[in-house]
Parts: sequence; structure tokens; C-alpha cells
Amino acid sequence: MHDFLFGIFPYIALGVAIMGTIARYERDQFTWKTSSSQLLRRRQLVIGSILFHVGVLVIFFGHLVGLLTPIQVFEFIGISHGAKQILALVVGGIAGVMALIGGGMLFHRRWTDPRIRQTSSFWDITILALLLVQLVLGLGTIFVSIDHLDGHEMVTFMFWAQGIFTFDAAAASYIADAALVFKLHLLLGLVIILVFPFTRLVHVLSGFAVPFRYLLTRPGYQVVRSRRSTPLPKRSRPASPKQATAKSKSAPPSGAAAGPAGWRR
Amino acid sequence: MSHLLDRMNFLQPKELEQFSDGHGQVTRESRDWEDVYRNRWRHDKVVRSTHGVNCTGSCSWKIYVKSGIVTWETQHTDYPRTRPDLPNHEPRGCARGASYSWYLYSANRVKHPLVRGRLMKAWRELRATMTPVEAWTRMQSDPELRSSYVATRGKGGFVRASWDEATELIAAANACTVKTYGPDRVFGFSPIPAMSMISYAAGSRYLSLIGGVCMSFYDWYCDLPPASPMTWGEQTDVPESADWYNAAYLILWGSNVPQTRTPDAHFYTEARYRGAKSAVICPDYSEAAKFGDVWLNVKQGTDAALAMAFGHVILREFHLDRQAEYFEDYCRKYSDFPMLVRLDERDGKLVPGRFLRAADLDGALGEDNNPEWKTVAIDESSGSLVSPNGSIGYRWGEQGEWNLEERASGSDVSLMMSLILDECHDEVAGVDFPYFGADASPAFSTGDDRPSVLTRNVPIRRIKTAEGETAVATVFDLFCANYGLDRGLGGDWVSDSYDKDVPGTPAWAERITGVSADKIVHVAREFAYSAEKTRGKSMIIIGAAMNHWYHMDMNYRGVINMLVMCGCVGQSGGGWAHYVGQEKLRPQTGWLPLAFALDWARPPRHMNSTSAWYAHTDQWRYETLTTDEILSPTAPEGDWDISMIDYNIRAERMGWLPSAPQLRTNPLAVAKSAKEAGKEIPGYVAEKLKSGKLSMSCEDPDAPENWPRNLFVWRSNLLGSSGKGHEYFLKHLLGTDHGVLGRDLGEEGRERPKEAKWHEEAPRGKLDLLVCIDFRMSTTAVYSDVVLPTASWYEKNDLNTSDMHPFIHPLQAAVDPAYESKSDWEIFKAIACKFQEVAPELLGVETDIVALPILHDTPAEIAQDQVRDWKKGECDLIPGKTAPNFVTVERDYTAIGDRFCALGPLMDKIGNGGKGISWETGQEVQHLRELNGVWEDGPAKGCPKIITDIDASEVVLMLAPESNGEVAVKAWEALSKTTGRELEHLARPKEDEKIRFHDIAAQPRKIISSPTWSGLESENVCYNAGYTNVHELIPWRTLTGRQQLYQDHLWMRAFGEGLMSYRPPVDLKSITKEINLDARDGSPHVVLNFITPHQKWGIHSTYSDNLLMLTLNRGGPVIWISENDATEAGIVDNDWVELYNSNGALTARAVVSQRIKDGTTFMYHAQEKIVNTPGSERTGKRGGIHNSVTRAVLKPTHMIGGYAQQSYGFNYYGTVGSNRDEFVIVRKMRKVDWLDGEAKTKEAAE
Repeated sequence: MHDFLFGIFPYIALGVAIMGTIARYERDQFTWKTSSSQLLRRRQLVIGSILFHVGVLVIFFGHLVGLLTPIQVFEFIGISHGAKQILALVVGGIAGVMALIGGGMLFHRRWTDPRIRQTSSFWDITILALLLVQLVLGLGTIFVSIDHLDGHEMVTFMFWAQGIFTFDAAAASYIADAALVFKLHLLLGLVIILVFPFTRLVHVLSGFAVPFRYLLTRPGYQVVRSRRSTPLPKRSRPASPKQATAKSKSAPPSGAAAGPAGWRR
Repeated sequence: MSHLLDRMNFLQPKELEQFSDGHGQVTRESRDWEDVYRNRWRHDKVVRSTHGVNCTGSCSWKIYVKSGIVTWETQHTDYPRTRPDLPNHEPRGCARGASYSWYLYSANRVKHPLVRGRLMKAWRELRATMTPVEAWTRMQSDPELRSSYVATRGKGGFVRASWDEATELIAAANACTVKTYGPDRVFGFSPIPAMSMISYAAGSRYLSLIGGVCMSFYDWYCDLPPASPMTWGEQTDVPESADWYNAAYLILWGSNVPQTRTPDAHFYTEARYRGAKSAVICPDYSEAAKFGDVWLNVKQGTDAALAMAFGHVILREFHLDRQAEYFEDYCRKYSDFPMLVRLDERDGKLVPGRFLRAADLDGALGEDNNPEWKTVAIDESSGSLVSPNGSIGYRWGEQGEWNLEERASGSDVSLMMSLILDECHDEVAGVDFPYFGADASPAFSTGDDRPSVLTRNVPIRRIKTAEGETAVATVFDLFCANYGLDRGLGGDWVSDSYDKDVPGTPAWAERITGVSADKIVHVAREFAYSAEKTRGKSMIIIGAAMNHWYHMDMNYRGVINMLVMCGCVGQSGGGWAHYVGQEKLRPQTGWLPLAFALDWARPPRHMNSTSAWYAHTDQWRYETLTTDEILSPTAPEGDWDISMIDYNIRAERMGWLPSAPQLRTNPLAVAKSAKEAGKEIPGYVAEKLKSGKLSMSCEDPDAPENWPRNLFVWRSNLLGSSGKGHEYFLKHLLGTDHGVLGRDLGEEGRERPKEAKWHEEAPRGKLDLLVCIDFRMSTTAVYSDVVLPTASWYEKNDLNTSDMHPFIHPLQAAVDPAYESKSDWEIFKAIACKFQEVAPELLGVETDIVALPILHDTPAEIAQDQVRDWKKGECDLIPGKTAPNFVTVERDYTAIGDRFCALGPLMDKIGNGGKGISWETGQEVQHLRELNGVWEDGPAKGCPKIITDIDASEVVLMLAPESNGEVAVKAWEALSKTTGRELEHLARPKEDEKIRFHDIAAQPRKIISSPTWSGLESENVCYNAGYTNVHELIPWRTLTGRQQLYQDHLWMRAFGEGLMSYRPPVDLKSITKEINLDARDGSPHVVLNFITPHQKWGIHSTYSDNLLMLTLNRGGPVIWISENDATEAGIVDNDWVELYNSNGALTARAVVSQRIKDGTTFMYHAQEKIVNTPGSERTGKRGGIHNSVTRAVLKPTHMIGGYAQQSYGFNYYGTVGSNRDEFVIVRKMRKVDWLDGEAKTKEAAE
């Protein structure tokens, strides 16, 4: 069972997440949104949302870096496992509390405001609840972790996570001895990855893409989306009418470059 | 192909090139996302239709259909062009119209026939063993069974029924009512045919075939200005909005054009760009106020004083100190100014009396036809008395002299307007004028303590009449004296300065209206000056606001006087522009036969609704206004001390007003007994009425035989909108929960009516069956017994016209009626066929007797030059002369459905006509046979078919002169004969034009000029009322044949309205001592004048339950209140407040606004009770609608009949439901109770 949950289930979860996300992108682009309820009620949203998002983003990137960075990198930089664990505990703890408070406010708002409650889907409420439980579990690991600050347990999780991505068949065995609360935390994390494409969480992906494009690759003030595959031939500067008349008298038009044919291509 | 793969283009260069020095770039990326937006606006078809909601807009709309669903609508922009010097009609339409498609699939749509649960249960039980008519008779004879559903009206509990079942129940109820009580106990209320003519005609045709009563609406809505029939003999005729553009000076008086005439407002803007000047007169800072060069914020209800002061200035500067040639000439030819009025002696003083008539003189000036109906004036050149052409005596019984040529007895004359010159008058004498300014109730009082009779000097002449010498004066001289103008004749109560506080002067008006005297003088001067320079291009646009006061006639006549003095009426760009809803049914004469089944039997039963509802909802039992409060101190001797209902009874008895029901006994039974007695019906009825064997229903409205039993309400929201005295409707007519807080005259111990029979216990629940036909679950539907789902405006074919533009519009079915709904035409056709199926058990071919009042525009209109009541023995009862006529009508109750679907034989036999002229229609009927097909056999053999709503539209278009050039020529020919003037030239150029339904579907079509209207529609002029009177010399259809500013009927004089004057609003005493005490229980409150204008987010153009519009406003009922009043009552914006008085209570949110004048509260008209309305603390019932705090009050002068222009016509003359004089207590609600607890009992229909 342990092998299934931590050795096979991660692939199922990642597979469903990837395939589901692609399917939703292909079939249902109009559902790809944050489903903000700000129009219905602004109160509690602004502060709740900021606390929650900042907290969650810190945690997310913390996990990403903490779990997937090869251990050699830490050793090379010279960060001891213990120091890394303390860093994770402190930063993760603060961010976790922030996210928990913010998430709590958001959940309260979603649950008690009749208008928001009515317009919420099953997944809108469930995903928020899952995230809150996950936060509680994540914070719960602190109490276990604080008892042995040698960083050993963190390393086993790194092995496991990196094992999953390197198709290490023994990945699950690395964490066989982890405390229950860690296992639950991992399991719920996998579940969240599993349901990701079916919820509003997909907006996380849009977050990476959209706003930066205009800063980086679109310096132009006006963007023309052309159907042509090649640029227009260069046209000479249009002459002033007087000159044009004079020219046309003396010489025939200089060819397709300025003529209508150039437009029609 | 794949969104994801399409984006996998990282290796392709995205930027093609740059331009504008790098500020622009051309990129290459997928544009497939654009298709989403393209598909969003893609549709399968576009259909032309419009909205039928008593909106004057009548705008052409494109209805978009996608996958069989109406998705949205946009404005059509293909109106026929106007002339080069005139802006085009587009854009027409507004946000309200654009939101209409919401209704089609909204949750509020009625989807299936619905029947009140308990009624359905009882019906199904009885029907299991009985025939339909047996079942209904049985149910009505069991009081417990009847009250089981009657008392639950408005409390939910509808169950679905099949069409078959619902129509059977209705047909059975109708048939039983016809048999038991008489056909005149089946009522139908539907307003404003112009908004969807065929839908209206469907119901009225069915009712007319079975002998039911079609109830009026224009008067009940109080949109009818009785001043118009009084002055012009015309219901209402106004310029189209394009004519505003031709005006030089525009006064907007109580009309909020940008808000309530949105599609027409652009002509106002354009007129302003063209250089027209504009004054806006309204108490609140309205949207229109922003357009004005000057805004006169008159105190509400005092407009007549303002008008009087305007008139004072105009008379002084343009008629007396200097005679503007154009004005003089116009008034001489087109007004009654030169006519002579007898001055009667009363207590040794002279009082204006009747017009001098030819019959009063020895030899009657040689007139032997109707000399008592020919008025007399003085010819300037000869100085002798003449009877000028055009008075109503010339209209009937002779031909050729009913015109406005300046001729009398065959020779040219020039009439003398004033006897002011020394050689013209015999003496200067004091004449008494009533003055009402000092009787104002506290809210309107200015501390005026002038006497109630003002004696002013007038130049008079003494002449010999057949009975001896009498004094006479011209209308103009009386008119000037009435306006308080000093003409150097000495005497009191006249002024030579605008600054003296004498009744009529600007200084006097300033105290009453709050508008400064210099502004009054300024506007009056500019108005008249512009009219003089442009020959009448000064216009007054006027909304119903001023017409909703009890003394509306004074407001309106004040305005009309200004226009006539300045020669504006009948001139392009000038005149009286009264816009109040879609009153103009342009193809009226073509529509009438279809609508009232005149092709099968004549006359139909018509009823004036105000009098009917006043009686049948028992509002008369609560009447607080007594005659002495409104009677003139100069009233002639008479038996005036009776109540309002008594006046109405007299009017019905003398044949002035119609009756419904008519006789206490079933008319079918009366006809039978007459036949058995072997007597002629009119004589038989007269004899029995005189002996008291028969009595008229009006004398005892509470007797069960005289109750209306069945009521159809279609295309209307009677209980949610127009029902003045809403709570009385609920209490007495419907018999359900109500919020009436006051007590009736019996309980109060006040004086009771003398002629109406008083029952100690007032009946509750008079109606056996209330049927509502609507597409939405309106307030009326909620209270009904049967609700039938009808097609919406995008689901049926129909016709639609407006007074604001000259086009005929179609309504068209863009999609089939949704759910189980059907068009009104199909619904009534189904009921008619069902009736034919169930009725033969009780009814066969029957003789019915229709009591017909004396009608305007018929020879009978000159029936009573003296007021005599047969019941008091003052004259004999002569049907059609001193009493209603009693006309025999054959009805075949076994062929109602067959007749419904065929154009009957009377069109061939009698022909068609309107407004006093008639023409034959054989050719048109033949065309209809060819167009619609012919019935090969059955009761309608040989008749043209009218099966579908398009067939019905074709009937209207074929028969109407406005849409069939040949008919127009025939109609003008008919009028040529009467007037002796060649008039066919007005229609000849369009003789070959025939407008068909498919023509208007392709593009709205302009109507053809017709003599049933007073304006022309041509390439040279815009439609403007009175145009043919002025330019073709066709008389106005009044006693004098001219615009009549003096009203000489006995009752007009008795109630002090011979001439226009300022009358303060009446005191309806609905804040009784009890109610006032209750309000003083500690919570702050204010007492405010209750005003109900039209709103921005609902009517016109849609209803107030439209979600899109609710979202733009506050999402439910609101009232507006001024900042000061709000502070006093401790109300802040958006608070829930309660408004109440003895009539009932309503709940709403408060909008606190600087826009509102202190002392008033606005509640926009017709906000549905079904949306966001909590319970009232005061009544414990759900808060009412705006009419919960009003009660209809009748005015005796509106009942006058048998007297030329003051004769009855359906929606033309009659009592009107005024409602602006009401006051309410406004108080913040302590607890907002939504009354949304669980129902205590539940039961199923089966």
C-alpha cells in the first residue's frame, strides 16, 4: 500500500494533472479563470486574498526549491541540512500561518455570504477546504520536525521527490519511516495535484504567462497581428503630391513596391 | 486545430517587422480566439418587431434569432427618409427596449395555463359528473365552494392546466354568466390598442360577439385630458415629434422628454441646435430641465395659476395694448372669441350663461334646422347679429355650411371680437366670476382671503330675444375680464400692472407658484413674440403630470388658452403636444369593425372604466369629497347637493355616460318579455323604467345582480399599475386580503349618497372569475383565478402605431411562442370556439338589448340643449334623446367561434366610417375575400376568413383610410359633402397606395392622410393636430365649430368652469385624525404630497420587474424624497420607509435627492409588488403598489353628455381617475418583515 501511494500514485496524479490540464485547455478555454467573487462582495477578499496568495506562493516556491534542488547544490553552497531545515521551518511557518489566516478568511467569506455560496461550485469550496487542510497538516509537521533538527528527514523527502522525477523505482521506500503527519501531508499534496485541472487552480498557470509578455517581448505601443507569414516588402517613403505628379510625368511608376500589388500579397 | 499545439511555436519568429520607429510591431500569432467573438454575434435570422407596452416610441427593432432562441435586439435604422430640411427619425429605441428579450426566457415568464388550486380542485370534481355549464352553475350556487377560492386570491397556489381545460372553464363561466345575469356582466379590460392592435382586437372581438363589456382605459389612466374634447371635440390629437424641430419656441411643461420619450428626444436636441428657445416647467430638477434656457420650478399642482399669469401678459401685450394682426385674425376665425354669451341675472348680478343661439332670437335668423345649436356673433361691417357657418347645428340635418369660411347665411361676414369700443356696447356692467384661490387646503394656502366671487366690469350689449331683453357679451370680453386685465372700464379685481397682486397677474401667480413674476413675464413675452414672428410656431409639450390633478382641466385649459391666443394650434411647429402613452391608433376606422365585431352586430358595449371601477370596487362608499367643496358660488339654482356617485347615476340615466351592467334584469330576459308582450323594445324598456318595473344597475352597484361577474384582463397590469384605489379592488372586487385603513361613510356616520342604494354591509368578492392573460407573472396575474400564457412581442404578428411618428410598425413572430404560450389572437379564438361548444346547452340565438349613451360624432350629440332628468319628471323618457337608447342586437351564441373567424356581412350592408362620416366598403371586403379566402359553408358562408393574426392585420389595413388610398379618397369625399368644400385633393396622390402587412414587415410605412384625424402627413408638412381645421377650414367638432374656450353647459357653469381659472388641489382628507394620531406615537414622520411620475428604468418600454433594469436602479420599489423632508423624518438614503394614509400602505426604499421639491414625494409609477416588497408595519400585509395610497374621485363636469363635444365617446370623454391630490405619511420602518415564512397548509389540486 505504501508503495502504491508514494511510488505509483504520484505518477497517476501527475499524469492526470498534465493530461487534464491539456484537455481543459483544448476543450474549455472559457472555464480557465480565477472565478473571482470580488463583484459580489469586496469585504474580506482583499486582505484575505493577499495573505493567502503571498503565503501560498512562498510555500510553493519553498517546496519547489527545497525538494527538487539536488542535494549537492546545498552541499556545494555550504548550507547544512540542519540550517536548511530551520530556514524551512521559520519561513514556511510564517508563510503557512499567513496563508492559513488568509485562507480562513476566504473560506469563511465563501461559506457564509449567501450570494457567494450560491454562485460557488462544488470544486470552488472543496479546493479551498483541501488547501486549508493541507496548510494545517504542513504546519503540523513543524511539531514533529522540531524534535530533531538534524535535517535528516528533509533529505529523505528530497530523495523521494527527486526519485519520483528520476523514475527511481525505490523512491517510495525512502520515506517509509516518515511520521504519519508527513505522509498525510504528502498524500494530500498529491491529491491536490490530481484534482488541479478540474478546479480554478489552473489559473496558476496563466499567472506565469500573461503579464510579463508585454514587458519583455512587446515593447511596441501598437501590436498588429498579421495573417501574413512574411514581412511586407519595404516601401519607399511616399513622395509629396507635387513631387509625385512631377515624377509620373517624367518617369513611369517604379514598380510593385509602391503599387497596390504589394498590399494584396 | 489544437490550441496547445498552435502555441508550440517557440521556434518561429513572432515579430514580422516594426514600424513607427519601433512603437509598433507586426506579429504573427494565432488569431483563432477572434472566432469566439465572431460567433458571439453570429445569428440565424433577423426579424423586425417592436415593443407593445404603452410606450409612445413604437421603435423598429431587429430581433436576432440564434438556434431558435431570441438572443438580443438592436435598433433598426431603415426608416423612410424625411425631407431635406428635417432631421431623420433615427435613432429610435432606448435601453429599456433593448433589454426586452430578457423576458422571453426569464423565470417570471408564464409557461403554462395556470388555475388557482382550489378552483381547479372543485372544478375537476364537479366536471367528473357534470357538463361544463352545470359544473360552473353548481360551483357558483355553493357559497362555501365559491369563497374557498375567492378568498385565496393573491396567495399563491396555482396549478397547471391544459389549454383545453382552462378554456373550457372560462367559456363555461362566460356562458353561465350570460344566461344567469346577462352578457353585460362579463367585463374585459385591456388598454391602448395602438401598442398591439390585433391582440386588443382579439379579446374585444370575443367580448363584443357575446355581448360583453369592453372597458375604457385612456380616461381611467387619467391620460385623457378632458380639456381636449371640451375645446376641440377631439379626444387627443398632437404633433408628431419631428414637428418639434419646426418650433421656434418650446415650452416643456411637466413632460420629461429625455426620460420618457427617449427615442424622440433627439428632435428636441436638434431643435435647440437649430436655434429654438426652450423653457422647462416642472417642480423637480428633471432630465428635461437641463435642456431648458430657463427652468421654472413651479409648485406642484399650481400650474393653472402660472398659465393664467402667462395669459395675462399675452393678452395685455399682444391683444389689448397692441393688437398683433396675426393673433387677431386667427382668433376671429378659429376661436369662439367673437361668439356672444348671454349674461344671466343672479341675485341682481350678472353671471355668464349660455351661448346666445339663433333659436333665442325672433325668427331664429332664418335658420330652421337646429337653430338651438347655432351660436350667434356680431358682424363687424353691418353690426347685426349673424349665425356664422360651422357651429354644430350646421353639421347635422343639412350639408354644405359646416365649415369655417367667414360666412353666415350665404354672405361674407367678419366677426366682432370685442364690444370695447364705445359705439359697440350699450353699457359697462359688473359680471360675477367665481374665485377659488382662497379655498386652498393648508398645504397649498397662500393666506389668500379674497371673496369667492369677483365682480369685474365688462362691455355688454342688450338685445331682444324671443323671451325679452337680455344682456350679452363676447367671449373675448369675458375672457379678458376673467384674466384680471384692466381695460379702462373701471371696477375692481383688474390690474393695469404686472406687479399688483390681483388674480391673474404675474405678481399674484408668484405667490401661488413660487415662480418669480419677472420670469413669468419674460417667458410669456418670448413665447408670444416667437409665435407672432413665425405665425404660430410656439409649442407646448405637455405630459400627463398636470393632467393627473383633480382640477386638470384648469391646468390644461390654461395652456390651451395661451396657444389659441397666439395662433399656434394647427400651425406646423406649434400647438399643443400632449404625450401620454400610445393613444394614437392610426388605422382606427379600419380596426374598429374587427375589434368590436361591428361586422356582425352594432353597437358594441363600451364602458367608461373610471365610473365602473369607482362603483364596483366600492370606492364611492369612502368618498370624502363633497359637492360644496367644488361647486361654484355662482352656480345657477339647482339640486346640486348630492354626492359624486349620485351625479354619475344621473349622468347614466340621462344617457350621458354608459352603464355596465345596464339593467338590473338580464337584458336577454327583458327582450324575451317584450317579445311576449308584443312590444317594440325601446318603448317597452322606457315604459318599464318609468313605472319602476325595471331599474338601472347604476342605482344599486352593491346588489349581487349588478356585480361584474367575469373579468378578463389582458395586455394590462390593472392590479399592479393602473388600478387607482388598489386596496379597494382587493377588498371589494376580489374579496381577498387588503390594506384599506379607513372606514366607509356608514361606519364614519357621514352623509350617504342620495341616489345610490346603501347596503350596511359592503360586498366582498364580487367577481366569480378573474382571468389574466400575460406573458409574465405580473401583480395582476398573481391575484387572478386563471392565468393564460401569451406570446411576447417577439412571438406574434401584430400592428403598432404611435402619436410620435407617422409610421405603421409590425410586431412579428421571430420565434414561435415559447413554452405553452399562444398569441392573444389564438387564445381568444380558442375561447370563442370553446364557447360555441359549451354554450348551446343554455343559449341559442338570443335578442340582447344594448343601452347606448348619446354618442359624440353622431346626429344624437345635439340631443339635450337643456339638462332635464326624466326621473324627476322634468321631461319624458325618450330613448336616445333624454335617456340612453335601447338598441336590439341579435346574437347567435351557437356560432361565436365561427363569427370570430370571419368578417361578417354588415361591412357589405352598412359600410364603415368614423367621426361622423361614413363610406361604403364593398370593394374592400371583396379584396379581403380574395386575399384571405372565403368560408365555403357554415354560419359565416361567403365571408372573408380571419384565421391568423396576419389575416386580422390585413382586415385592419384594408379597411383603414390611413393604409388604403382608395378608402382615404372615399372618406375625404364624404367629408367634402358635409363641409361643402373640396377635400379629396388631400388623398388623390395616394389613391393607388395600399399598405399590406408584408410591406410594413419590409420597412415601416408612413400613413396616408385621413379625415378622421386633424393633421396631414405629406411631403410638405409634419403631422400636426388641427392642421386641416386651420388650412382646410374644417370645423372643430364642437358646439361653436371653433376652438371653444368658453364652456356653457349648465354643469360647467355650476362647477365654475365656464372659463379657465386657478383651482387649488382638492382636500381628499385621507390623513384622517386617527391615522395622524397613530403616526405621532413617537417616531418622526412627514406628511407629503404623493406624486407618481413615469420612471427611467421601467415604463415606458418595459415593465419594472425586468432584471436588467432593476440592476441599473435599486432593485425594487423606491420613493424619492427631498433632503429637508428626509432630515425631518430621520430618513437617510436607502432606508426602508412606509407610506400610508386611509387608503392603504406601501413600502419602499427612500432615494434622498436634491432634485425633489420639499413637500412632495415621488413614487415612480407601476413598480411591481412582486419584486422586493416587504410587509407593511401598518397593515400587516405585503406592502402595496403606488396605487395603494390612492383612491379615484369623480368630477361631475366629466359626466356631461348629449351636448355637442361634451357627449360620450369611448376613451373620448368621461370621468378620469385623477390621483395627484393625495397626501401620505412617510415614516422610516422600524422592522423590515419579508413575510416569507412557510405556508401553513398545503393542498394539491387533485
